[in-house]
Amino acid sequence: MACIDELNPEVLLRGASFAECRALVEKRCREVYYVDPGYAIFDTHLIGVPPIAVGVEEDTFIILPYTKPCYGTFLIRVPGGEEVERLRRKGRRRP
Amino acid sequence: MTTQAHKDESALLVFGCPEVPVQAAIGLYLAGRLAEDGYDVVTAGNPSVIGLLRVSDQKKHYIGKTVDLDRCIGEVSEKKRDAALCVVFAHNDAGISYAATMRYLLPEARLVVIVFGRNAEELAAGVEFPCEKVMEKAVHNPGKLKKGIDEVFGWRASTS
Repeated sequence: MACIDELNPEVLLRGASFAECRALVEKRCREVYYVDPGYAIFDTHLIGVPPIAVGVEEDTFIILPYTKPCYGTFLIRVPGGEEVERLRRKGRRRP
Repeated sequence: MTTQAHKDESALLVFGCPEVPVQAAIGLYLAGRLAEDGYDVVTAGNPSVIGLLRVSDQKKHYIGKTVDLDRCIGEVSEKKRDAALCVVFAHNDAGISYAATMRYLLPEARLVVIVFGRNAEELAAGVEFPCEKVMEKAVHNPGKLKKGIDEVFGWRASTS
């Protein structure tokens, strides 16, 4: 499974709140899926207040919140690979 | 509410970033008291947190088992780890996110969120999920935070 740090993530928000991340995903992405905390994607389990908004852009990129205890939450954009189709199967289209 | 554990009940302590000094002191205190109450205490944190606690508790009087935070979240998500009591330390938005995550992943557990640091009031207002809260704007001095914790866990009478 790919490590997020190795996917050369583009940072869209830095030190953001979970609410700010959700709002930007919903504003920016036409394709938005909602998942619950603990959802496994790449090499991590998502942290956050449910439901967590995850976006798909251009059919190939995933936009997701990525939380680290000391650095807060980043909203990042990474190549999605097989995770795009998995997200489409597992995610919900409504909060 | 008192905290006497049933036999072998697990208490999971989820630590945030160690940059606020009171966290380590309160964490050691809490781990020791919960162990006295019969809990099997597991401490989850990033490598810096675990390192600080281990060095402070060289003979392991207080800190029991430790687990990397990311690994812990994965194990709880995959139902490989459970806890009857979960205590989350939060002094930033990330800490609240971890607390919300533990609420979702451990719906049956007693969840206590310890909100501290300079932005404690603002952070505590953002806790909208079911839990017990201890909130204090403590940064360096753990006294008031300890008092709040003693009240939540029913230790007040024995420590006053």
